[in-house]
Amino acid sequence: MQFEHLPATQILIPLIGAILILVSRKNIVIWATASLLTLLTFINSILLYKQVSVDGVISYAMGGWEPPIGIEYRIDSVNSILIVLVSFMALLAAVYARKSVEVEIVAEKRPVFYAMYLLCLTGLLGILATGDAFNAFVFLEISSLATYVMIAMGKDKRSLIASYQYLIMGTIGATFYVIGIGLIFIMTGSLNLNDISEQINSMNTIRPILASLAFITVGISLKLALFPLHSWLPNAYAYAPSVATAFLASTATKVAVYLLIRYFFDVYGYNIVFEDYWLSMLLIILSIAAMIGASLVAIFQNNIKKMFAYSSIAQMGYITLGIAIANHSGLVGSLVHIINHALIKGTIFMAIGCFVMKLNSTTIEDFSGIGKKMPLTMTAFTIASLSLIGIPGTVGFISKWYIITGAIEKGWWWLVISIALSSLLALIYVGRIIEIAWFQESKTKENTVTLSREMIGVTLIASITTLYFGLNTELTVDLAKIAADSLLPGILR
Amino acid sequence: MIKISLLFLPILIPFIASIIIKALGGNKKLRELTIIVAPFVTLLSVIKLYSLDYGVKLVLFEIMPNLEIAFSIEPLGLLFATIISVLWIIASLYSIGYMNAHKEPRQDNFFFFFTIAITIAIATSLADNLFTLFIFYELLTISTYPLVTHKADPESKKSGRIYLIILLGSSLLLFLPALIYTYYLTNDLTFISGGIFTDAYANGDIGNLGIGLLLALFIFGVAKAAIMPLHSWLPAAMVAPTPVSALLHAVAVVKVGVFTIIKIIIYIFGTELLFKTSSTEWLIYLSGFTIITASIIALKQDNLKRLLAYSTISQLSYIIIGVAMINSSAIVGSILHLTAHATSKITLFFAAGIIYTSTGFTRISQMRGIGHKMKLTMICFTVGSLSMIGIPMFGGFVSKWYIVSGALSISNWFVISVITISTLLNTAYFIPIIYKSFSQGQSAVSYKKVPNSMLLATIASACLTVIIFLFPEFFIEVAKNVI
Repeated sequence: MQFEHLPATQILIPLIGAILILVSRKNIVIWATASLLTLLTFINSILLYKQVSVDGVISYAMGGWEPPIGIEYRIDSVNSILIVLVSFMALLAAVYARKSVEVEIVAEKRPVFYAMYLLCLTGLLGILATGDAFNAFVFLEISSLATYVMIAMGKDKRSLIASYQYLIMGTIGATFYVIGIGLIFIMTGSLNLNDISEQINSMNTIRPILASLAFITVGISLKLALFPLHSWLPNAYAYAPSVATAFLASTATKVAVYLLIRYFFDVYGYNIVFEDYWLSMLLIILSIAAMIGASLVAIFQNNIKKMFAYSSIAQMGYITLGIAIANHSGLVGSLVHIINHALIKGTIFMAIGCFVMKLNSTTIEDFSGIGKKMPLTMTAFTIASLSLIGIPGTVGFISKWYIITGAIEKGWWWLVISIALSSLLALIYVGRIIEIAWFQESKTKENTVTLSREMIGVTLIASITTLYFGLNTELTVDLAKIAADSLLPGILR
Repeated sequence: MIKISLLFLPILIPFIASIIIKALGGNKKLRELTIIVAPFVTLLSVIKLYSLDYGVKLVLFEIMPNLEIAFSIEPLGLLFATIISVLWIIASLYSIGYMNAHKEPRQDNFFFFFTIAITIAIATSLADNLFTLFIFYELLTISTYPLVTHKADPESKKSGRIYLIILLGSSLLLFLPALIYTYYLTNDLTFISGGIFTDAYANGDIGNLGIGLLLALFIFGVAKAAIMPLHSWLPAAMVAPTPVSALLHAVAVVKVGVFTIIKIIIYIFGTELLFKTSSTEWLIYLSGFTIITASIIALKQDNLKRLLAYSTISQLSYIIIGVAMINSSAIVGSILHLTAHATSKITLFFAAGIIYTSTGFTRISQMRGIGHKMKLTMICFTVGSLSMIGIPMFGGFVSKWYIVSGALSISNWFVISVITISTLLNTAYFIPIIYKSFSQGQSAVSYKKVPNSMLLATIASACLTVIIFLFPEFFIEVAKNVI
């Protein structure tokens, strides 16, 4: 079966859907439409993935304009799997959304929320699919703007400040990115990533190219919340509506990391980025600072959403660490951890959404005894938490295994210790919640709100996938290996 | 194929039992029936395994190339599985009585996690490679955590925290990196007699120092073996109900620890390599230190269960010291001690539980004269104590005999003196308890009736201690097969 236009429809389904959804005002109708659209997106992504795995790299000229002049969509082993991942998480979060949105967002804003949700998905998928530097910027802005709106819709008034904070930081990041692209365009006269890569590799490495690398790295690092550019993230995650948090935490930062990987290994290439020791060293130091520092901060949080927001920063540290180690195992670990962390954080924030709906509070003390009241949701949460620590049998174990192997191959034992230490810190903050939730008598009065079945069902499905991928690594490790092969130069494979 | 799937039965049966227990919920009659029947069926399925050839292997998942979750049988693992399932029968009998006598709440939960823990312990014993063993090692920590915190009061929660942090922390910080490094060097983690490092050592990928450091990472990473200074989780875990302390913290959990260490020394490093590089020397001193120190601390304890916990720490190091000497007789002694200590310690814990159930006493100073009213219990306690000290007629004697004769044959005077001093110390903390309980002038107490099943279980385990002394051939045969 061949569909020629799959790369285009991948983006167009949610984009057109975002407009369509504004037609109706009935909550159930919009929800059903959004779920259906994300389902279509997901099916599309799987077809696309199948096609890539059979035919290899797909190059699609948007509107029939041939690259490098026109915009090229380029789907290969690296982004095809991430497109599936993002579509899957979008589907889960969309199905989850109905009741949660009903409770958290006022009626007249709901259609806009769903529209923004789909628009954000469009942007993220666009970044993944496009092979054009400027087009990536456009999609980055689409997803970011939609995100600002979603965050601002949170129940808590502080969501406005959080959104504004993110707006400022995000804009700075985007500006850096555009400056970087500008420099590249001056030097190469091209915006097509593939074309740029060929040109950069055939010319001598000169200062403007390095400068563009610096600008792009900083710009993207802001988006992926690399320490110390993370300050927007905790508030944004804490005050956004639950659905938005679950979706953003599992996708937005991952897509930014993808872009970083693309630039490091594809556009500039291993030789330019990692030949000089400094960038890799800097990244390693910042990653470790994130892994240890953010985990330490997470231990002392009282707001559960903030705790896991800091944990997200720490986990992003693992991903950037694997990139910075820059050998085959490290990169495989990073790619697998992108998948893992999306599933883990998706599960955790969806479960937190359920708890918060029931308890009307995000303070950790109020979670006492919740395990007995909501055993299924808490089980899902516990499984995801174990995966976060990296307990064997869960998906979190696999990626840590590879990242540690990567560090051992380089002979960096201090890195191995830092990784293990960070897992221990994760054990402490996760253990705190688990202890309170399972082993303390309940003190708080709960709401009369009843959770919908699909909320709990989706949360459970997400948690089961973390177990499934912990035991069956065909879809994660094997694909990550293929992707790493295509990203790294021959000597490092 | 049918034969291979037999391998999975000893794990599957308890697992199904745990699910039934959970599903039955409040239905007490059926639950207790399940609790009694399941261990017998499990034991049968373990016995059935003796008919299989060593080396039969069942692969469940292949997680990474050459890294699979797989089960197979080898003599030591089979012996360990047998010990667990036999003692599980006795412990089930005891637990039902204990939990009812104390009217403990949330019994379905308790027995669910209890059975899950047994499932996992049996899975470790049948693990085909270190990776599988590691996975179940971690899961065992997690599944026993709810048992430690069963009381749900502040003290048990604090203990639960210590328990989790020391056990999970050490394994994540030390065991896991060592595991990955081993895999990186050898591309294999299967248990093979003679070890898997032969090539890596011959190629010079790892030197003498490397082997020593790696061994240290493993030894300290396996904190379940409670070698000092990573022992403090064990006394902390004593807040759990007595059946848990008896089966899990005297048998399943700690024995999984020493079992892992024996497996690593014999099947991962290989005795020959360790002997050649003399990497275990420090381990002899460390475990010797643990034996003496833990015994001295035990001497000062007034709480009976804590005393038993420190005695366990000391006895576990006997097993480690035996393996660390890398001498065939000493290794036989270690493997014997694995069994002998299990039966003796479970007897002691059972007796302590009966005393607590009947009188509410937990401290030794309260126990003056109780032996007159609780003759059988105290006799069983005496049997356990004498076996711990190493008096003939009881299992502990045989194992000590082999360890000491191993030490003599390589003239390791350090070990001999450690064992001598420790025997004296054991006597010094066990005999006063027995003496006190049979002396006159008891404080007035009311004795509550103790369920017969508890008494029966205690007597059964005391008998096993004697049986090991009378018929040690079976265990010696297994131990010889291992080396």
